[in-house]
Amino acid sequence: MAFTLKINGTPHEIDVDGDIPLLWVLRDVLGMTGTKFGCGQALCGACTMHVDGQAVRSCQTSVDSVGDGAITTIEAIGKTPQGAALQKAWLELEVVQCGYCQSGQIMSAAALLKDTPKPTDDDINAAMSGNVCRCGAYQRIRAAIKHAAGV
Amino acid sequence: MMNEPFLKERIVDETAMSRRGFLQGTGLLLGFVLTGASTGSVFAAATSQVVENEITGTFAPNGFIRINPTGAVTLVIPMIEMGQGVYTSLSMLLAEELEVTLDQIQVQHAPPNHALYVNSIIGIQNTGGSASVRAFWTPLRQAGAVGRNLLIAAAAKRWNVDPATCRAKNGVVFDATGSKHLSYGELATAAAKLPVPPAANVKLKDPKDFSLIGTRAKRVDSPIKVDGRALYGIDTRLPGMKVAAVAISPVLGGKAKKVDEKAALAVKGVRQLINIDEAVAVVADHMGAAKKGLEAAAIAWDDGPNGKVNSADIVRQLEEESRKPGAVARNVGDVAKALAKAAQRVDAVYQVPFLAHAAMEPMNCTVHLQKDRCDIWVGTQAPTITQSQVAELTGLPKDAIKIHNHLIGGGFGRRLEADGTILAVKIAKHVDGPVKVIWSREEDIQHDMYRPYYLDRLSAGLDTAGQLVAWMHRIAGPSVMARYYPPYFKDGLDPDAVEAAAEPPYALPSIHVDFVRVEPPGVRTSWWRGVGPTHNVFVVESFIDELAHAAKQDPVAYRKGLLGHNPRALTVLSLAAEKAGWGSPLPARHGRGISVQFAYGSYTAQVAEVEVAADGSVKVKRIVCVIDCGVYVNPDTIEAQIQGGTIFGLTAALHGSITFKDGRVEQSNFDSYLPMRIDEVPVVETHLIKNAEAPGGVGEAPTAIVSAAVTNAIFAATGKRVRSLPIDTDVLKSSS
Repeated sequence: MAFTLKINGTPHEIDVDGDIPLLWVLRDVLGMTGTKFGCGQALCGACTMHVDGQAVRSCQTSVDSVGDGAITTIEAIGKTPQGAALQKAWLELEVVQCGYCQSGQIMSAAALLKDTPKPTDDDINAAMSGNVCRCGAYQRIRAAIKHAAGV
Repeated sequence: MMNEPFLKERIVDETAMSRRGFLQGTGLLLGFVLTGASTGSVFAAATSQVVENEITGTFAPNGFIRINPTGAVTLVIPMIEMGQGVYTSLSMLLAEELEVTLDQIQVQHAPPNHALYVNSIIGIQNTGGSASVRAFWTPLRQAGAVGRNLLIAAAAKRWNVDPATCRAKNGVVFDATGSKHLSYGELATAAAKLPVPPAANVKLKDPKDFSLIGTRAKRVDSPIKVDGRALYGIDTRLPGMKVAAVAISPVLGGKAKKVDEKAALAVKGVRQLINIDEAVAVVADHMGAAKKGLEAAAIAWDDGPNGKVNSADIVRQLEEESRKPGAVARNVGDVAKALAKAAQRVDAVYQVPFLAHAAMEPMNCTVHLQKDRCDIWVGTQAPTITQSQVAELTGLPKDAIKIHNHLIGGGFGRRLEADGTILAVKIAKHVDGPVKVIWSREEDIQHDMYRPYYLDRLSAGLDTAGQLVAWMHRIAGPSVMARYYPPYFKDGLDPDAVEAAAEPPYALPSIHVDFVRVEPPGVRTSWWRGVGPTHNVFVVESFIDELAHAAKQDPVAYRKGLLGHNPRALTVLSLAAEKAGWGSPLPARHGRGISVQFAYGSYTAQVAEVEVAADGSVKVKRIVCVIDCGVYVNPDTIEAQIQGGTIFGLTAALHGSITFKDGRVEQSNFDSYLPMRIDEVPVVETHLIKNAEAPGGVGEAPTAIVSAAVTNAIFAATGKRVRSLPIDTDVLKSSS
């Protein structure tokens, strides 16, 4: 089936079965590898993207469910004020280790700050506990979100 | 899209590599670089730069430095970056002596080359054992100093002055007055013509003159990891590349007996089904189709000889075998006699489970097998081993196996094994063109090579004053070393399996430690972050805590009494206790536990503070960690490793267990093999001891030490001793 996906402001034509997860369409068909595959079951958050500003797990989001929703990925999140602030904070606080989960962490954090500009620890727990970091960088992830939010 | 890959690598064959010939026999130098953090022009997926190794006049005095006439400085880093910060810390060692700043450099993965890039502590070009800084502390500073001396010599020659009157700073050589200066790029061609002095002959900086080592330099890999540009093996894209999903026999040694190939091929985008008995792969245009095709294939398996393997039998076998004497790791004094004479005897059995690595980047490997060469795109901790194994499998010469190493999305020891690459090559034999094989998370967890299950028996004797007079420790479990590196396995003794058990930091008048090798059927075991000490420090530090209790002494005071001869261990222990407020009152069912270790060349102590709820659930509220790792390179990276390594060990202590039933692993994804999440983790406070001792390893120290600190805290909170991991919260329920 042919679909037109609006990704980071640009339309892309693709032709895949409608039940194919968004993750693989972006990574393998369109070559946007910034979004990562971690678990395939929406358990780790590595594949987090935004559809119309909402964080979604793209490994469990079929391409036919997106419609004309605006998709934003890690490659373009820096163009939003929340994304830019988070990336800056991530660098200032040296959050990353292996870095593999960090695309998803930043995408989840950007969705959080968009809705909740001054998050509490509980807000951070609620928004970020779906994102696994096996390097265990959580302490710095939390600090960087607060740093970006100015709390 | 597949026709327009944005990962373009240029492969430079060794014959074109260098006039100096130092790279003879190396295979290749792949041209893939990270540039310095603060230049703003870091390498990106879409604009990846290519290292021109054979630009005429490139200055390449050793395996680590490339400076071309345009001024580009490339550092070839012998160990792979998997989060531990080694591209930054090893670059700092080179840059300190070469006199360049980190924003002037590019970083490049080293190709497999034992002669140039061997890790002297491990004996292989392996990234592991918390050995990178330890092994390369001197060689990389020497390599940098050789480079600087030659560049200065080239400048001095041009100015016709004594090199001793010149100095180098920030990639520029200055004469005595500072009025004349030449950049490294301007000097590269001339420097490349000078004879290279032996590395051991160059004078290294006095540590008091370090300007980079010891600073919180920014990581060189951070910028590309916050905006999706960083490329891991799984991000490989090549012209004509297909993607394969794979199902491996759920039982080790089993075979696919029935496969619905027709159904798989009917899925849109599926190109091919490959059945190699031990595994079935579905090759497609994209992973979505490949996974769908694999499901449609509805594979039925013949379990083979291991179909009855289960955890209870494995443990039973360990219980039985551990009653027999093992290979002696250490024997001092007469333990049997001392035990018999002791006023009090304490016995205990400890057990630790099989553990999966569950790195965030699932196992994957891209292979392009051709008649006369085999290209491998993978993130590997063991490039030379991988190259050798692929050569053996394909029958191609080693030089024809081109290993394109990548950033690794979490290693933890998993990528020390080449099994994922071998499987991918077996699949690639049936594919025309490059193929990327990606394991699902379930495959990754169920076909891991696990941290061994160990069962330990301990006995100790105390005299009437509670003094420790006898220490006996038997370790039963598999030997990873015997399989991985047979020369290190001698007379039945696996030095890794007894590490940190044979030589506890304590003064022990009599000690006997032995090892009984027990290989469970149907289970592959391997290295896991912290290796031997991760198991042994839990056991030793728990048991010493039991002895303190038996002697009716405070756990910190008791340890101090046994560490009088060991000032560095005593220092970290005392500081950890002080920073944690050891001895200050806590509410009911709260407790503090301490643990101390010497491993990887570093002294570490941790205090954990826990709260055990009435339902037995354990909340780790705070961790204080003190590490003396000798002279240190980057304190920020060390703190990051202490924080993350602690969480890695804590995750295992609280949740980690791989079990077998009917030959199959019972866990499959992050809902059954639980990672700690942000809402569960404690704050980890780190304190570094500053001294000038030889550098010690860091990455595994916190992982190894944390379990005992936590279980000792649970004992303090509840009076219940945890002797097996993961922590069973059922037995910690409040009886009231």
